[in-house]
Amino acid sequence: MVQRLVDRLRRMPNGIVWLLGAMPLALLVWDTVTGRLGVDPVRDIEHRLGRTALYFVVGSLCFTPALRLFRINLVKFRRPVGLVAFTYAALHLGAWVVLDMGLLWAQLLADIVKRPYLVLGMIAFTILAVMAATSSNRVLRKLGPVRWRQVHRLIYAAASLAVLHWLVSHKIWPTWGMTVGAAILLLLALRIPLIQTNVRKLVS
Amino acid sequence: MKLSWNDVTPEPLVLNRRAVIAGLGLAAAGPALPARAAVDPGKPNSFEEITNYNNFYEFGFGKTDPAENAGALTTDPWAVDIGGMIDRPGSYSLADIAPANAVEDRIYRLRCVEAWSMVIPWQGVPLAGVLARVGVQPSAKFVEFQTLLRPEEMPEQRRRSLDWPYVEGLRLDEAMHPLTLLATGLYGKPLPNQNGAPIRLVVPWKYGFKSAKSLVRITLTDRQPVSTWQAMQPSEYGFYANVNPGVDHPRWSQATERPIGAGLFGGRKETLMFNGYADEVAHLYAGMDLARDY
Repeated sequence: MVQRLVDRLRRMPNGIVWLLGAMPLALLVWDTVTGRLGVDPVRDIEHRLGRTALYFVVGSLCFTPALRLFRINLVKFRRPVGLVAFTYAALHLGAWVVLDMGLLWAQLLADIVKRPYLVLGMIAFTILAVMAATSSNRVLRKLGPVRWRQVHRLIYAAASLAVLHWLVSHKIWPTWGMTVGAAILLLLALRIPLIQTNVRKLVS
Repeated sequence: MKLSWNDVTPEPLVLNRRAVIAGLGLAAAGPALPARAAVDPGKPNSFEEITNYNNFYEFGFGKTDPAENAGALTTDPWAVDIGGMIDRPGSYSLADIAPANAVEDRIYRLRCVEAWSMVIPWQGVPLAGVLARVGVQPSAKFVEFQTLLRPEEMPEQRRRSLDWPYVEGLRLDEAMHPLTLLATGLYGKPLPNQNGAPIRLVVPWKYGFKSAKSLVRITLTDRQPVSTWQAMQPSEYGFYANVNPGVDHPRWSQATERPIGAGLFGGRKETLMFNGYADEVAHLYAGMDLARDY
């Protein structure tokens, strides 16, 4: 049953990811133009874009465990999911630069190198940018699968840095941020061979 | 001998005050204040904005949590215990502290430590008058303020997220400054619960967290109080917490602020020393290193 559904899903074009990926943005635009964002729309836009980027990063981390633990093979969608994540991260950064900082370049450039939460965020963004730039089949062939995979393992760092960036930007660590952080830790733990073997025994 | 309000506030000022302050936006706060207006505070934010964008962590950490969760707070009856080094300690009602005929209008800027700002039209009484009535003893050097502790009505207090109850403090001269207000109203209405009903502190030249809400205790003491934020993160939140664009929060800049209600492309404006009240309060800190005493 599940396998039949997975097979059917796998035959769908990658565009389905972009279509689904565009929905949080469409919802955000809708909420903005209909005035549903409340008293401080800038903060809402900026934070929602950032959270959405991270959700797609978390999503991209799920493909390997799904395959190894549950034999659900949807790995062909991983690259578009990652690209959607990068797109939201770029929009999040843009919202910070334009809406939040109001293009105060002197302050924002100084802040990027000075403020830990911005350093963390910018490193995470840079990693996503490198991964997006190397995501095509052409670059994959050029780098060779081994080196390409090495580059793309940086996603573990990007996910961890991004969630830390979220947590330390607040006066008190937000509960939801810690929950997403725990999910990322869990997904990373599933990469550890010993844990993976045991979990596989458990689910089969 | 029972002192009346007219003993601490000149009568003509009481009569004229509403009109004068409404016109100037600020100033004319009392005899000790220079007879000139401070920097124009700007156009007040809407009631809608002021009551739906709050940091009142007793009701949750989200900006809309207080508006959503503070409805259940019982604010009547209410009493404030004023004690410590004073001549007339006791439990004071709102009518004792802020009788209707003593309430003034004050339009103040509010600068949050999170680098956003608002302009708020408060109603309230200067703390100085209240302290004069209860008779501050010469040994008192500081004032400690305590927010209500009532977990059954304040959901976040059921968690150990902060060391409840919320405590704040001022030096006595800061507390006696004519700008320092005990607010009981907003836009001519009783203070909404999410804004710190029924009575809160407002210290406009300090970051917003100094202005403790829903006060139940005011204590005069000779020891510098340790405020809640200071206890939790001393490297980030000092006792003074004066608005100062030159001293950054360790994790973010305080050079600029985002005015709430400025729209999507409203951008930022420069933060002013002492939040624009330098002419009135800078002398309180003469000779102090404000980078050290932040």
